Amino acid sequence: MSLITDLNRKALDRGVPLSVHLDVTYRCNERCEHCYLEHDGDGEMSTAEILSTLDQLAAAGVFFLTISGGEPLIRPDIFEIIEYARSLRFNVKLKTNAILIREKEARRLRELNVEQVQISVYSHRAQVHDGISKVPGSLDRTIRGIRLLKAHGIKVTIANVLMRGNMGDAEGVRQLAAEVGAHYTLDPTITPMMNGDASLLRLRISSDSLRTVFNDSTLVGSVEEFCAPPAAIDEDTLEGYPCSAGHTAAYVSPWGDVYPCVQFPMTCGNVREQDFGDIWKNSPQFAEVRGIRGKHLTTCSSCSHLGSCTRCPGLAWMEGNMRGPSTVDCEKSFMRTGIVTANMLARGFSDASAFAEHPQQLRGASRALVQIQPAR
Amino acid sequence: MTTAVSSNTYVSRSSAVAARELGGEMMIMSATDSTLFSLNETATLIWNAADGKTSLRDIVEYKICAEFDVEPEAAYRDAEALVANLAALGILNLSAEPKPARN
Repeated sequence: MSLITDLNRKALDRGVPLSVHLDVTYRCNERCEHCYLEHDGDGEMSTAEILSTLDQLAAAGVFFLTISGGEPLIRPDIFEIIEYARSLRFNVKLKTNAILIREKEARRLRELNVEQVQISVYSHRAQVHDGISKVPGSLDRTIRGIRLLKAHGIKVTIANVLMRGNMGDAEGVRQLAAEVGAHYTLDPTITPMMNGDASLLRLRISSDSLRTVFNDSTLVGSVEEFCAPPAAIDEDTLEGYPCSAGHTAAYVSPWGDVYPCVQFPMTCGNVREQDFGDIWKNSPQFAEVRGIRGKHLTTCSSCSHLGSCTRCPGLAWMEGNMRGPSTVDCEKSFMRTGIVTANMLARGFSDASAFAEHPQQLRGASRALVQIQPAR
Repeated sequence: MTTAVSSNTYVSRSSAVAARELGGEMMIMSATDSTLFSLNETATLIWNAADGKTSLRDIVEYKICAEFDVEPEAAYRDAEALVANLAALGILNLSAEPKPARN
């Protein structure tokens, strides 16, 4: 067992929130067309409230802290927040668009020993990237920030969100990442807005494109392995947890709301009213999430993909039932293996050819999403 | 300059790592290369006591020997080896002198 697996197991056994994603603001200096946030800054937590939240997270046992937004560097107190987080010995990962990173900021992040910085790049071509971010010149400024971070020895990950408008530029972004010495990840995840508005889903890649991605060995590793039929369901699968959300991971919004995950915006409490550790241990919502095992899932518990599906409970919740299918993941399981899912059967797709003729009926019926976890 | 480890060495926690105790063991991750380490119970005691102001001898005497049934000399030897190892990994800093007290 690897040390990280062992660490996760210990955290799960002890009920420790090992990882927390903290959005310090939803304000942003870009207006990316696929963004799931409204960029309202009214009432976001003050510096003192965020530092207090960090104390609470450390006391609860949080080790991995992702600081994100919005654009976190838009807050004038961001380095005070990061410095305090590091003094509490969190492993800090920062998500930013790097537009505001100049020499001084890059040097400070190095001094504070931020473990890594993740930056979204949508294309190696300014016309495409800036068209998505809606900020002219943003690609140049982002690349400048990346180069400064790398010059200071900071680990950088370029996250390439894949959608219809930049589907053809993945290879260009990968080459850019190699040229600047950054790690590259492809993330074709498009989710509804947190307020439930699903109009962004028009940007998701097509079913055919999804299949193409799944059969690209440079993205998924062994295609044979990645696209293999699901293994038989066993007792461990039926008794297993869907994902880490609410079990070893949580999310805190700029207003202090606590959710199981950024993609699972079910309010479990608020750190302005209640200690994070108390919310984590005693929230009825967290208790409900933790009580769900594979065998409790409606439809999915009888699906042959149960053991290998990437079903997201947050996306299922946004579809209306946290115990129900996350239809986007049904589509992924099907596109990966060619084997019809229980959810598809329930929706009247008797076999693969029926889906091939009317793929939009599955997507349209359920506000389906596209979310792929590519090879890392 | 490398500081040789002895019982009179002062040890302090590196600021370049992340750390959190879980189930009596200290989990440590290096910010420079993302390597994850797990310290056992004894090493965790030393890590927690490594304030740069307490000598390794005192840490062993007042933390290790007070808590575990071990011979002091054997404990010193083991602690010196452990501290040298953790210093080589960048987890602990070594000094021949204690950190000056802050005003």
